[in-house]
Amino acid sequence: MPAPRTAAATALAACLGVGGAACGSADEPVIVFAASSLTDAFDRIEADFEAANPGVDVVVSYGGSSSLVAQLDDGAPVDVLATANPEQMERAVSSRSVTVTPEVFARNSMVIAVEPGNPLGIEGLSDLADGPVVVLAAPEVPAGAYARDVLACAGVAVEPASFEPSVRSVATKVALGEADAGLVYRTDIDDRTAAVELGPSCNVSAEFPIVALTGDAGAERFVDFVTGPEGGRALVDVGFERP
Amino acid sequence: MNAEPTAETTSRSRGDRASVSPPIAVFVLGGLGVLFFALPFVGLVVRAPWSSFDDILGDDGVRTALWLSLTTSLVTTAVAVLIGVPIAWLLARTNLPGRGFVRALCTLSMVLPPVVAGVALFLALGRRGVVGRPLDEAFGVSLPFTTASVVLAQLFVAMPFLVLTVEAALRALDPAGEQAARTLGASRAYVFWRVTLPSIRPAVVSGLVLTWARALGEFGATITFAGSFPGTTRTVPLATYLALENDPDQAILLSLVLVAVSFAVLVGLRERWVGAAFGARP
Repeated sequence: MPAPRTAAATALAACLGVGGAACGSADEPVIVFAASSLTDAFDRIEADFEAANPGVDVVVSYGGSSSLVAQLDDGAPVDVLATANPEQMERAVSSRSVTVTPEVFARNSMVIAVEPGNPLGIEGLSDLADGPVVVLAAPEVPAGAYARDVLACAGVAVEPASFEPSVRSVATKVALGEADAGLVYRTDIDDRTAAVELGPSCNVSAEFPIVALTGDAGAERFVDFVTGPEGGRALVDVGFERP
Repeated sequence: MNAEPTAETTSRSRGDRASVSPPIAVFVLGGLGVLFFALPFVGLVVRAPWSSFDDILGDDGVRTALWLSLTTSLVTTAVAVLIGVPIAWLLARTNLPGRGFVRALCTLSMVLPPVVAGVALFLALGRRGVVGRPLDEAFGVSLPFTTASVVLAQLFVAMPFLVLTVEAALRALDPAGEQAARTLGASRAYVFWRVTLPSIRPAVVSGLVLTWARALGEFGATITFAGSFPGTTRTVPLATYLALENDPDQAILLSLVLVAVSFAVLVGLRERWVGAAFGARP
């Protein structure tokens, strides 16, 4: 019994120390649902935010945007939602009485993921047409729809070996060497893969919106943090562009 | 029950068993268990968009996935019998060293999370795999993303059910009948086909059914090792998972179709083969 009280008192003291700004209480964590492509960025933002706001506990749950929205509809207690496309956000917001409007806080573009060192010398979309083993995300998920748009724009017909259920598994197939190339978000590139640029003429700009779903003070401050300069730095570092 | 004369023994023994009245605690706990199994299916049936049933079943993608699922799972079951029964026989009837190791190996692939099984298959048989690379370099054969890789993924996770069931039955079988046949001059092959196999038929059939059902529902190893391409590697579980992304109604109907097909086969097999085989025994 005494332990939580002490924690709450510490949290309160810390909040007052920050300068009288509204505080989330320590025993009620701020629940954030975020698209899985935000994992690296939000892990960092969560740590930075908690360091800057002692006493506010943020818990982030990652998943595909559509399954996150489905969980939301099933009554999951969520304070902040960040999705990988505006459509899913629209679905989430339209079904509830939210007064605030979602704000686009990041953009992502697509690149060709190849093996490190690019052994096949792939230079652009046209090199994917025949020869290399290509995997794409399925058109049912946002990354797959973007990949289809990008290829259509470039007029390149690709016969992929597989339509993967998520953009992460496209990156994994390339990283494991089973596929020669795949279309992924810039933020999916890590040290196991290398990026080949698409060039400016045929690319997409995937918008990531965020919204505070409850009037919780901690939730609103988290959103401000993500859209502010500190969040921006973390996002840019992992490959996102600012809106 | 009005029993046919030929099925008299069967129905009588069943009737005797049914006449035992269950202890109330067993009845309640068993009932709860049945409810637990039934409720999720009730959920599926209630939520199913029956009005669009025809549309979804008529969909080319759905039919392709269903056909691929049926054919691959049947091929898997056939291969499992072909190499699984010999494994079971070796485990049950010989003193070869390493039997314990082999049995553990079979169990291991059952407890391995299927996604990990898929990665393991990748690392062994993929383009860069231990076996896959020489295979690719020597013959230009690359397994991932082919229908063969779907069968391999299913076989890896499903065959243990057959091996373990058949082995247990072979162990439990009284060798007297086989020995008698041998002393009467029957060859080993003849004894196996005419004495051993008929005696363990119920176990073989239930092992077969478990293997087939596991293969039909296989998801994790398939998506990881084989990928997902319509007509080549996208089986019903994969199509269901994908449909869940933006068309939950289709996902529900797809899973119901899979459930209905499996249920029909399981009930049918039990009545025709296992039931008959049990009934035929004195």
